[in-house]
Amino acid sequence: MAAISEAERERLLEAINNQRRPTVTVLSSLLAAQDELGYVPDEAIEEVAALNDTTINEVWGVASFYTNFRFTPPGKHSVEVCWGPTCHLKGASRILRRLMDQLGLDDEGETADGSISFKFNTCLGACSVAPVMSVNHRLSGRLTPEAACERVADLTDASH
Amino acid sequence: MPSYESLKQAADERWRLLTDGPIPWVRVGAAMCGHSAGAYDVIAALRAELDRRGIDANIDEVGCLGICYAEPLADVLLPGAKSRLFFGNVDAADVGAIADYIANGAEPRGRALGWLGDEPIAGVEDLNRLPGISAQRRIALRNAGHVAPSDIHQYIANGGYAGIHKALTQMQPDDVIKEVSDSGLRGRGGAAFPTGVKWSFMVRSPGPPKYMLCNCEEGDPGAYNDKGILESDPHTLLEGLMIGGYATRATNGIVFIRHGHDGPIDRTEQAIRQAYEAGVLGENIFGSDFSFDIEVALTGESYVAGEETALMEAIEGKRSQPRYRPPFPAAFGVWGYPSTINNVKTYSYTPEIISRGAEWFSSIGVNRSTGTAIICLTGNVEYPGLYEVPMGVTLGEVVNDIGGGVPNGKRLKLLQTGGPLGGVLGADSMAIHIDFDEMRDAGAILGSGGIIVGDEDVCAVDLTRILVAFCQFESCGKCFPCRLGMEHLLEITERIASCESRPGDLDLMRSVGTTMEASSLCGHGQLGFGPIRSALTHFESDFLAHIEERRCPTGSCLGPRIAPKNTRPYAHDFVPTGAQNG
Repeated sequence: MAAISEAERERLLEAINNQRRPTVTVLSSLLAAQDELGYVPDEAIEEVAALNDTTINEVWGVASFYTNFRFTPPGKHSVEVCWGPTCHLKGASRILRRLMDQLGLDDEGETADGSISFKFNTCLGACSVAPVMSVNHRLSGRLTPEAACERVADLTDASH
Repeated sequence: MPSYESLKQAADERWRLLTDGPIPWVRVGAAMCGHSAGAYDVIAALRAELDRRGIDANIDEVGCLGICYAEPLADVLLPGAKSRLFFGNVDAADVGAIADYIANGAEPRGRALGWLGDEPIAGVEDLNRLPGISAQRRIALRNAGHVAPSDIHQYIANGGYAGIHKALTQMQPDDVIKEVSDSGLRGRGGAAFPTGVKWSFMVRSPGPPKYMLCNCEEGDPGAYNDKGILESDPHTLLEGLMIGGYATRATNGIVFIRHGHDGPIDRTEQAIRQAYEAGVLGENIFGSDFSFDIEVALTGESYVAGEETALMEAIEGKRSQPRYRPPFPAAFGVWGYPSTINNVKTYSYTPEIISRGAEWFSSIGVNRSTGTAIICLTGNVEYPGLYEVPMGVTLGEVVNDIGGGVPNGKRLKLLQTGGPLGGVLGADSMAIHIDFDEMRDAGAILGSGGIIVGDEDVCAVDLTRILVAFCQFESCGKCFPCRLGMEHLLEITERIASCESRPGDLDLMRSVGTTMEASSLCGHGQLGFGPIRSALTHFESDFLAHIEERRCPTGSCLGPRIAPKNTRPYAHDFVPTGAQNG
């Protein structure tokens, strides 16, 4: 994997050395790194280990455990669709299928042009307005496959 | 440090300015339900419209009134008015009608949902005609939808922090524990353990420090009531934590929330800041010798992080995998210090229990289930929402009266309750009372309060497959009965769903499931077979159709099948880049 730039390293150090919350742990440092850079590069694993006076193996053990961490740079936009039971009953699998066809994906991941990161979410917390998706962290509910596809198409239109 | 009396006086003055001041007060529901339904677009449009017309108004984001189906909800209290006028499912056209009403009190011509308050508004119906409003008995959610979670004064003006003030000035810590015990309060996180008894475990543990932990991991798909409280009224949780802290002689509180749930996180952190600024948190609270600090800790995505000892591991920054017990948390908790952990809902009842007394609380509810249940009603139901109802109402009252039944003329088929580790019930369950023990005896726990309604088009095998996929995805991997067992259960369930089952698959599932129940380390594995067992009890015919007739009776198993496989094992080769490793 390509090394991060000097500017990115500075942002990383700033983020993990000046965390907003008082209790600093391996997990809190990893979350701070990902919030800043959008992913956890190898350098972040090492810096978090140094900051918390532990080993890279320990840090990697934590980072690989929680499913929200990613280890490659994300796409410009994030799209998450819930597949939990309520959303499933309300048609989430059709939304997922249609969206993945539109994005040319067989699974979670980045579109070929790298513009969109697509992720399954186990629960976005708005089950009363299911089915739900999140586009760049803005939630939208009561979705139809058409409405979901339109929202994502708007993203690709805007980014070209 | 200001006295409680001076805080209350300032808060009352502020409340009077909002409710009886010179300009209108507009409240927009912006909890996750409102947010998802477009509340932020409504707020922006309304601000723009009022600016355009040169109208001055207080606009607050508030929490969830319970009737999520009507979100985005907006309401207006005009100067001098005794009632609020509510608009439901607000869209761009309604923004004009709301602005008209604000500008000149113009009758909203059928656009309004109802009025709420002390006197009718002409041409509008009473909001209490909706069972989603009138059938609720709100204790933990008493302020939700009414006060702005961003304003501590609004909480205090409505009786906030009176409970901890009473405890500190009129009660000994043991009196507080006795009051909570007498109220019959049981833990709302799923286990329904008596809260007063749990608190008493930590009283004699050595300290400082001693920790009161609040669990808002809430990874349950289908449940959002913990997040709902934090988004709607975070101060009630903080006050509950303080009451628990005083009772158990704890020194620190930690609110544990899943990373990414920005609404609840931001609201809680803002509330903590305001509580310190107001002198409600910190040293010598209200002049007493009780000092208490509260902070927020975040977890990454992991359902098992909601298990109490896994939660402590996550707070310590490790993988959220459960610990062996004993030692129990009251002796050896987070960082090895004595700790007590409760759910958001459990804490949120205690301010009212202390203010109004154990007898008042225990008069609500039924049998050994006192108080209320906070139900997340979702799925194939006309009026999904977040409803706080007295314990003892029937499932039928919740699903049909409050929820409006199954829409589109379809027939009710099943209820899935208690989260992914809970169970399903059939349409014949409508007479069952919402009561911890009665629900458990029926084979479907109340758990954290999620009720997912399925209509006749839902296949029990398909729903079970989703639940098992979730439990497999979320298995933490520490103990093998759960790690391997969930994998097998998913494999077999998928085979059945695909109508490709092998002879003996049902027996194999039961054998794997009972092994998991007997030998898993924590509830995730011990209860992981629950969804399958209860689906087999109530909907065996659905399974047999797939197995013997090789068909899905509703066709829902034929749809696209998408669910992630467990991604926890190590998918990435780590190569050190050469930086110094501490």
